[in-house]
Amino acid sequence: MPRHEVVSPIPGVFYRRPDPDSDPFATEGQNVGADDTVCLVEVMKSFHQVPAGAAGTVVEFLVENEDVVDAGQVVAIIDGAGDGG
Amino acid sequence: MPIEVRKPGLSTTVQDAGRTGYYDLGIPPSGALDQYSLRAANLLVGNPVGAAALECVYLGPQLVFTEPAVVAVAGAEMAPRVNGEGRPLWESFDVRAGDVLDFGYIKAGARAYLAVSGGIDVPEVLGSRSTYGLGALGGLEGRPLQEGDTLPLGAGDGTAGRSVPEDLRPALGKDNEVRVVMGLYDHRLTEAGRKTFLDTTWTLTPVADRIGFRYKGPALETVEREQPFGAGHDPSNIVDAPYPIGSIQVPGGVEPIILHRDAVSGGGYMMIATVISGDLDVVAQSAPNTRTRFIELDLDAALAARADHRRRVQRLHEALG
Repeated sequence: MPRHEVVSPIPGVFYRRPDPDSDPFATEGQNVGADDTVCLVEVMKSFHQVPAGAAGTVVEFLVENEDVVDAGQVVAIIDGAGDGG
Repeated sequence: MPIEVRKPGLSTTVQDAGRTGYYDLGIPPSGALDQYSLRAANLLVGNPVGAAALECVYLGPQLVFTEPAVVAVAGAEMAPRVNGEGRPLWESFDVRAGDVLDFGYIKAGARAYLAVSGGIDVPEVLGSRSTYGLGALGGLEGRPLQEGDTLPLGAGDGTAGRSVPEDLRPALGKDNEVRVVMGLYDHRLTEAGRKTFLDTTWTLTPVADRIGFRYKGPALETVEREQPFGAGHDPSNIVDAPYPIGSIQVPGGVEPIILHRDAVSGGGYMMIATVISGDLDVVAQSAPNTRTRFIELDLDAALAARADHRRRVQRLHEALG
């Protein structure tokens, strides 16, 4: 199964939820589509959605909620959906 | 139109040397936050030093060129690519009609400047092509680029293969020193508050933008006083005063903010120090979590530092002349 790294394209604060009262975008073990948002990164007072980038199962998140991430940093791992996933 | 915007990047704006002469009316200078890198990029492609270029913050745009041009990228370490193939930073190179220019992830710094031979030829507003986003003024319709925008170019005659010597490229890192002159309101700090300001390694927060750079760290102790007529009740409040570009205000005595080139022109917070002009470029290239120490200079030392900065700019001109 191909392992896909979800990378934050920008530096900023990492969030798992769209807002503090909502459920997380995705949790470990959940199936996601390539275009599904898995987290937000906030910089310059605006929020940037980070898509999964590949369809499959979320294996793990590598960053704690509200940690500051760098551009290019791997924030989550997706186990690809198999053929071409 | 010679450039089509396929992806805008995070916040890509047209910026030049700035819009001087209107700050007293509340319109800030705007322009490239890192003026040195703007200058270098323009010199590399044979433009006047103050020509309009694209300031690309954290995440670069993807652009399609419909005409050949000579381009250069200076500033943040955000490597350009033509049709997916890497190109050097701090060096001019050719793009052909139909080429796609985009950027890799940013590795150091915060803002890359893309200069194109001929300059980005948006209309001048109050003598400048710079974008002032808060005022929806200048640049392309007064806002950052959007997908589907097109950018006009002036006439240029750049040469590929020109590069900035290594020793004239700024060092970018996650630890930096920013030199300041204390005042005008540092008398509002106690000795301990002043010492805290100068002894702390401050951390840049992700809210930093073209208006202000806000830093995390300990609270600064202020001198007790009676609230002056016309000032707010908070100990950090002053009777409203003009804010210099580069001034450092500390609302509530916490989280100092360096005002940069899109700043508001005045207000009621104490400004305890001002960043020397050359080091505004250092601030401009600070990414979130950059650790910063403020170094106090007296006025003579600040003027000497400005003379040094001007000599460095002169050397850049000689190298690319």
